[in-house]
Amino acid sequence: MLAIFELTSAQRDDLRTVAAMIIPASDEYKVPGADDPAVQADMLATLGRDTALVAQALDHLARLASRPLAELDTARRDAVATEFRATGGAAAATLVRVVLQCYYRDDRVLRSLGLELRAPFPKGYTLEHGDWALLDPVKARSGKLRRA
Amino acid sequence: MNKNDPVDVLIIGAGASGAAVAWSLAETKMHILCLDQGGWMKPSEYPSTGRDWEAKFYGEWSTSPNIRGRPEDYPINDDNSPIKVVNFNGVGGSTVMYTAHWPRLHPSDFKVKTLDGVADDWPIDYDALTPFFEENDRMMGVSGLSGDPLSPLTHPPMPPQPLGLSGPLIGKAMNKLGWHWWPSDTTVATMDYEGRARCINLGHCTPACAQGAKASTDITYWPQAVRAGVELKTHCRVREILTNEHGMASGVVYYDQDGVEQFQPAEVVIIACNGVGTPRLLLNSVSGRFPNGLANSSGLVGKNLMFHPYAQIYGFVKEPTDSNRAPPTCLWSKEFYDTDLSRGFVRGYGIQFGRGAGPVFEAVASEQKGILPWGEDHHRVFRKLNGHRLAVSAICEDLPEEHNRVTLDPVLKDSHGIPAPKIDYTISENSRKMMEHGLARGREILEAAGATDICINNPIPWGGWHLLGTARMGTDPARSVVNEWGRSHDVKNLFIVDGSVFVTSGGVNPTSTIQAIALYVADQMKQRLANLFD
Repeated sequence: MLAIFELTSAQRDDLRTVAAMIIPASDEYKVPGADDPAVQADMLATLGRDTALVAQALDHLARLASRPLAELDTARRDAVATEFRATGGAAAATLVRVVLQCYYRDDRVLRSLGLELRAPFPKGYTLEHGDWALLDPVKARSGKLRRA
Repeated sequence: MNKNDPVDVLIIGAGASGAAVAWSLAETKMHILCLDQGGWMKPSEYPSTGRDWEAKFYGEWSTSPNIRGRPEDYPINDDNSPIKVVNFNGVGGSTVMYTAHWPRLHPSDFKVKTLDGVADDWPIDYDALTPFFEENDRMMGVSGLSGDPLSPLTHPPMPPQPLGLSGPLIGKAMNKLGWHWWPSDTTVATMDYEGRARCINLGHCTPACAQGAKASTDITYWPQAVRAGVELKTHCRVREILTNEHGMASGVVYYDQDGVEQFQPAEVVIIACNGVGTPRLLLNSVSGRFPNGLANSSGLVGKNLMFHPYAQIYGFVKEPTDSNRAPPTCLWSKEFYDTDLSRGFVRGYGIQFGRGAGPVFEAVASEQKGILPWGEDHHRVFRKLNGHRLAVSAICEDLPEEHNRVTLDPVLKDSHGIPAPKIDYTISENSRKMMEHGLARGREILEAAGATDICINNPIPWGGWHLLGTARMGTDPARSVVNEWGRSHDVKNLFIVDGSVFVTSGGVNPTSTIQAIALYVADQMKQRLANLFD
């Protein structure tokens, strides 16, 4: 929970705004946007070692926008986002990754993708054996190991 | 400094090679001690046990020690290398964190000078290692299909991994092109084996297997070695090897779990820290007698670093692939393994195929590549990409070049104040041509599979898994660090058994060969016990 206190209120506002720009809500796919309160709470609670880079990215974003991102019109906001991705380096990449990694483990999102809401272990997954006759042409071709 | 009771054999490093050599030497009933800077692993804490399993790959389970930053890790300055070092530190070493892909070097890989006029021949050949490959395959527990016409003959004790959804897509594409492919030998148990449960497709073998189906030496060699009497001390980081007035290794100085400096005397010292850790330790072991580092009269300690540059190309097919619901690799190809000078380069590469990726990895990678947009179209595009990825990676033979090297960083130190390694590495023109060839062939494969949205990683930046060549073996003390059975030319009771002794790299993952060499060196030591230091 420490991370909540490491981003300022303004940074959290911009994080929410940019998250929605990356992944907006969709009625078609029945999924929330990445600005959804639960997704945002997950981000803030698990920032951990990424906090410094994310804060750095948000500072960069704030400099580009000169005001809270939410107050910009759509065209200006898109221009800022383009500039942010082009010039933000590792910090911007970290921010985007944090948004994506929290969004794509949200129950509603995984359900929409048809994925099970669980850790891989201990149930695992079943794998089809497949058609081993596909190897027949390989076996039929002449081929030899290079002699030493 | 505390002084411990002397031991007969001291092994530094409990990873792939340290475990194998410890197990093999245990039958001598000598007092064998292994020191490792890490601890025993806890499978209950492995990523696949949690819903946040993918996020962990970007943090505490990153393949990069610089990102991971566990207390067991040491920093590596790899700023001057397009390929970053990846490894794992702890009991089991990098076998805890690898894909379990299990090819062997080919017989021709040991004779590159004779066959192709480049680099050097090894002082040993494939036949010398054959019994140790076989023994190692039994110990690690290998699955696969015997009879690959373009690979050395193996006898895997378990059947191959299922083809799943991705395998047939790749197989059909390769058949369309008339190119070789075959189920990979892997150290993934496909049936219950020697106390290990069979694979249940947790889907991401690389960062440790909670099921224990993937062989790592903490669950294969070490339990048997410990039962046989080998002592393993964890969280002990070796700083340097000391020598006596006769120029023999007298033991090591290490920091114990509490950070207390200890001296451990030993009759024989075996280094098993792989291609970065081993030269780092030797270069840190400076004395009046060995001012340029231990075992370094040739000046070759740290030089000739070989990585295997990976040229990766991937795309997305309409059919569903295995995504994260299967071990990541299951097939290989040796179609372009051998030299064909008409291709514009010497030597060749193996191909390993990737079955897919999980949703977080897919989102992050595709956004970075610019094929997954921000905004409204994000959802549609993501559903087209996720669960549809196929990957082709050319694992290119890296030839030895002295300017590719490990030295000591003048500033960077680990948590004990020990100078950290610095990597200087460039990809050679020959490797560049090989990588371009691999990418072109990979594109043909993906197109034959019907893939679109094709992307490349050339090289895979965090692809420095294979750390080879930095203490090469040879018969000439002026051109090698250890002799043909792993003993230092300069220090007669010092042995090296890891990837640093490789003379050339081949075009395949090296762990099987590393362990076969470790078993071979152990066997040589056992045969020569009466005159080991002559």
